[in-house]
Amino acid sequence: MLNPLFYIQAIALALRQIWINKARSFLTALGIIIGVASVTTVIAALAGLKGKILSEFEAIGANKMFILHDFPDEARNRYGWTDVRMKVNELEAIEANCASIRRLTPNTGLSATVQVGTKTQANASVTGVWPAWHEIEGREVVLGRQLMRTDNDNARQVCLINEKGIERLRLNSDPTNTHILINERRFLVVGVLKDFEAGMFNADFGPGGSDVEMIIPFSTAARMKDPDFFFMIIAQVMSPELAAEAQAEVRFVMRKMRGLEPGDPDTFRAESIDQFIEQFQVVAAAITAIAGGIVSISLLVGGIGIMNIMLVSVSERTREIGLRKAVGATPAAILMQFLLEAVTLSVVGGFIGVAIGELGALAMTKLPGADLEYAVVPWWAVVMSFGFCALVGVVFGMFPAIKASRLDPIDALRHE
Amino acid sequence: MIIQTSDLWKVYRVGVETIYALRGVTIDIDDNEWVAIMGSSGSGKSTFMNILGCLDTPTTGTFLLADHDVSTMSAAELAAVRNKRVGFVFQSFELLPRMTALANVEMPLVYSRTGWRMRRRLATRALERVGLGDRMHHRPNQLSGGQKQRVAIARAILNEPSILLADEPTGNLDSATTREILTLFEQLHDEGQTIVIVTHENDVAEHCHRIIRLADGMVEEDRMNSAPVRMTERAAAPLVAPPTSAGPVGG
Repeated sequence: MLNPLFYIQAIALALRQIWINKARSFLTALGIIIGVASVTTVIAALAGLKGKILSEFEAIGANKMFILHDFPDEARNRYGWTDVRMKVNELEAIEANCASIRRLTPNTGLSATVQVGTKTQANASVTGVWPAWHEIEGREVVLGRQLMRTDNDNARQVCLINEKGIERLRLNSDPTNTHILINERRFLVVGVLKDFEAGMFNADFGPGGSDVEMIIPFSTAARMKDPDFFFMIIAQVMSPELAAEAQAEVRFVMRKMRGLEPGDPDTFRAESIDQFIEQFQVVAAAITAIAGGIVSISLLVGGIGIMNIMLVSVSERTREIGLRKAVGATPAAILMQFLLEAVTLSVVGGFIGVAIGELGALAMTKLPGADLEYAVVPWWAVVMSFGFCALVGVVFGMFPAIKASRLDPIDALRHE
Repeated sequence: MIIQTSDLWKVYRVGVETIYALRGVTIDIDDNEWVAIMGSSGSGKSTFMNILGCLDTPTTGTFLLADHDVSTMSAAELAAVRNKRVGFVFQSFELLPRMTALANVEMPLVYSRTGWRMRRRLATRALERVGLGDRMHHRPNQLSGGQKQRVAIARAILNEPSILLADEPTGNLDSATTREILTLFEQLHDEGQTIVIVTHENDVAEHCHRIIRLADGMVEEDRMNSAPVRMTERAAAPLVAPPTSAGPVGG
């Protein structure tokens, strides 16, 4: 049993050795520093990416589900578009029969030319929805009113327009009760939507697209489109835990509606955001593991550097080891001293590495356009880095320390 | 009896050659003796000293140090015995260059369960005993050769060892400093310390009270020095008054 004070002294001695041989210690620890700095930076970047993507998903809504057509992989040629496309009676059947779905809306887009007076805007995004869209998407109506059931039932030519659209079309700041031509039909503006904050999944209006956005009743949109037009259903599940149940209900209703036989594949799909998140989590974990693996190689190289310098240190300090043994250091005490020195060296290297990693993460968040404002070094990465460094110190310090502990004091004291 | 050796043999095998470093050494050393061990190189005196210092164990034979049989102890047990019962002084001082005199003297206590305050107190007292109370915070490169050896002696006597074992303690010192160090040994001896000095210098040996001469691994001569040379009244002058003894005794 060694004196607890011994450990403190051994660490103090190790720190002094590091300080005395500053340049050498730095070069020795460089492998560790680079390894830890890169692992923490990569993990921070991944955390940033993950945070960003998850927040995007959350913006879409955690208990949202998408129901849309699907050409089954195994029977691509058996089904045509008219077989797989969503139909309004299916929409109504889902609404009527799926107990786990709180509310739902169809969603169909049309690219339209919008005209106000002499001002024309091509490629405006016009989306036909049910009034439930307001609750599902949670978009704020800053002026006027939301879509109403009667708008849809009567296929009224009314619309909501976003703030950007007002700007683009040079409308009054309060455009309600004025008229807009959408594909040459007269629509009454009933409300103004707050602009959507652009994100990774919704900023894409495509090349030549505009940021004019309009919402019209689904039935009105249906009249403006081909008879077999595309739409998907956005559903809000009662709670995120019921996502799987809602999927099962949708599947049952849809298969029944489409008259699919037991062996037939689904010709539609129902996907929840949760599934996307899960898939993404798996991918993110895999990337983290791969990055960790690559970086552990540099820690290994760093460890070899430490072993090398510890061997040099043992042979340089042979007489010191001899003296310490002569005055009563047991082999275990010498072993512990050199082991603690190796561990201290690599942990100090790890400390510098984590500090650089933190700076890297900070720099990333400030990087314009990188979208990595969530990049932080997570606490577990810091703990893991230090753990790894200590482990590297123990593993690679062990051989030199054993060598030191086995030195014969008589020979060691005679060593030149 | 502090040291009792009986029929110590030490046999090395170097390749195919067998070297008999000690061939049956039987020596008893009593409490408070001051012994010189002499002999040419290859006489076995280094081997004998290593065994006395518990750095090495005999191939056969027994060695009792203060009534403990150390000839069969493990490496860790020997380390503990060295820590508590043996004080080493080396020809080349063996001070750690980047530590102060005080830290150098404290070093053996790092390896025993001694608290920080106790260490400081013991090391300070040892340095005061060798007359370096005012050099405690100097580093070895700020000290003269004689002062360095005094620090080494302070380190050796720190634990009040059963024997103080000095290997050519004045080998690296000039004659004036040699006298200084011998005076210090004399003082420690007067205070009751058992001292064994390995030397090849007759000038040093004649201060000792007993002279053992080894040749070819055997005791060639073991005689009492009936009239050891004493340092004159200069002896006590540079030294701090010893805590127990009242200065030089007639010899």
